[in-house]
Amino acid sequence: MKLRYFAWIRERVGKAEEDVDVPAGVATVGELMAWLASRGEEYAHAFDNPKVIRAAIDRTHVKPQTAIKDAGEIAFFPPMTGG
Amino acid sequence: MTGPLPATFNVRIQREPFDAAAEAAKLTRGRTDVGAVVTFTGICRGVEAGEPIAALTLEHYSGMAEAEIERHVTEAIGRWPLLGVTVIHRHGRIAPGEDIMMVATASSHRQAAFAAAEFLMDYLKTRAPFWKQIEKADGKIWVDAKETDDAAAGRWSAPVE
Repeated sequence: MKLRYFAWIRERVGKAEEDVDVPAGVATVGELMAWLASRGEEYAHAFDNPKVIRAAIDRTHVKPQTAIKDAGEIAFFPPMTGG
Repeated sequence: MTGPLPATFNVRIQREPFDAAAEAAKLTRGRTDVGAVVTFTGICRGVEAGEPIAALTLEHYSGMAEAEIERHVTEAIGRWPLLGVTVIHRHGRIAPGEDIMMVATASSHRQAAFAAAEFLMDYLKTRAPFWKQIEKADGKIWVDAKETDDAAAGRWSAPVE
């Protein structure tokens, strides 16, 4: 599964994107964030406050309870500040 | 995913500057049914929270930014009798005084043009994947999202999911 990170999440993780093998049992966006947070110090730092993190599956906004099983690309980013 | 927008509805994400007046003029060129054009231009300020800034850098999620704005333009077309819409949003480094983005809406009457422009701006602020970083003399900081922007988007009640 392809993961992408933006803004300060990208900076904290230290990369803009990566391919990961998500373990069985990680079923939702929220669970994916919890699993990512366990992958090391930089991930723990990036995902230490999942409530402020937004996600998109295949370029559409999703909620933490959304299932990830059919996802091609999942993106994590802070609240948006364009305009 | 929505279908392609009608010809007079344009969404562009680009690094280069744009000419807001020329873009608004395109919405009325060669037609006489437009009675109102509302244009909003977002401009990079030179002072942020009382401190001078060197520049803004806009990061964006390519592909999603276009899709998300097009979805909201389609939503606006369904809510108001619009004759044309142009949304342009820049990314990359933008200096104080430069335009960041614009929304222009055209309709027969002013109410629809005003309302659609505000609707698009409110959703663009909270749903379009762009992130501003402020460059100051002593470093770079990410701009925090404002709760007032969420409240502004929320007043359009009908969910845009």
